[in-house]
Amino acid sequence: MCRSVYSLAAVLLHWLTAALILAAAGIGLYMVDLDFSPAKLRTYSWHKWVGITILLLTALRLAWRQLAPPPPPLALPRWQARLAASVHLALYVLLFAIPVSGWLMSSALGVSVVYLGMVPLPDLVGKDEALGEQLEQLHWILNRALLVLVILHAAAALKHHFVDRDAALVRMLPFLHPRT
Amino acid sequence: MNASRSVAAALFLLAILPHAFAQRVSAIDAARSEVRFSGKQMGVSADGRFGRIAAQIEFDAAKPAAGRVRVEVDLNSVDIGATEVNTEVKRKPWFHVAAFPTAIFESTALRAMGGARYEADGRISIKGHSRDVVVPFTVRQQGRDVVFEGSFTLLRLQFGVGDGVWKDTDTVSNEVQVRFKLVGAAVK
Repeated sequence: MCRSVYSLAAVLLHWLTAALILAAAGIGLYMVDLDFSPAKLRTYSWHKWVGITILLLTALRLAWRQLAPPPPPLALPRWQARLAASVHLALYVLLFAIPVSGWLMSSALGVSVVYLGMVPLPDLVGKDEALGEQLEQLHWILNRALLVLVILHAAAALKHHFVDRDAALVRMLPFLHPRT
Repeated sequence: MNASRSVAAALFLLAILPHAFAQRVSAIDAARSEVRFSGKQMGVSADGRFGRIAAQIEFDAAKPAAGRVRVEVDLNSVDIGATEVNTEVKRKPWFHVAAFPTAIFESTALRAMGGARYEADGRISIKGHSRDVVVPFTVRQQGRDVVFEGSFTLLRLQFGVGDGVWKDTDTVSNEVQVRFKLVGAAVK
């Protein structure tokens, strides 16, 4: 039984990341339409702090996976197992790529990231407004890819829970009562 | 730039006098001179520069007290590194360049501080506000050039720079560091 669910740390990291993605997306969509104002400067900084936090948590999650490997995959048709593994891999890639693309964009646009207003992060590229705008596009495209994958990921979890009635969701949400 | 041309002419006359030397009087080479500034927004350094400056400098290292400095900075030439922000800082809440296109520093007294170090008392006028400042600077000879360099800190709110919602100094620092390098044009 103990090996059939994710570790508590893995569960917390998963849901914390989910909450932060939602926060980053909300702040991100709100901030871009603001007029040049203190509110704009504040929300951009908050957005960057949340993004860097996601980057750090993702690194922590991958390290944790080595120490406490996830439970074995559910018994699924091969195509589903492959699809699930691919989506998980792609989500991890995006959890790195999206914050890094934002960090690169910040460097290129000449507004360095100072994490939590206290820890200056190094600029990854030199100042280059044109490059910054390309990276902005990339950041946006990667986020749309993330949206698609998150919808797929969540839909699959719900399908497993309500249709297949297996442990897919419960093992990542132990507070939920297992379906009988 | 009529004034600077006549200064240049005066310089030329002074320069050909037997005991004239470069540090005695100097007009600046605007292309190699610069005024930079640096503040912080949300803890992030925000740096910029002014591309167009003009200065009249009368300076004799042997008699600094007799010297005089006037620097004019064209605020329209501000470059803070992002097109959008460059437009914003020229507007009314910030420099309001339409009404106040020029920032001016005018010295009232110069004094030697030992070695190559000097200090200028003077007045800075930005956006209709004037404040007394003390500006430390160094003077060094570089080939035919004389290079005046220094820095000082201004409080932007004393000049009404960043008005209204921008008065919030938690977002944008009140302190702005100004660094300048004025290169005296080679005088033959």
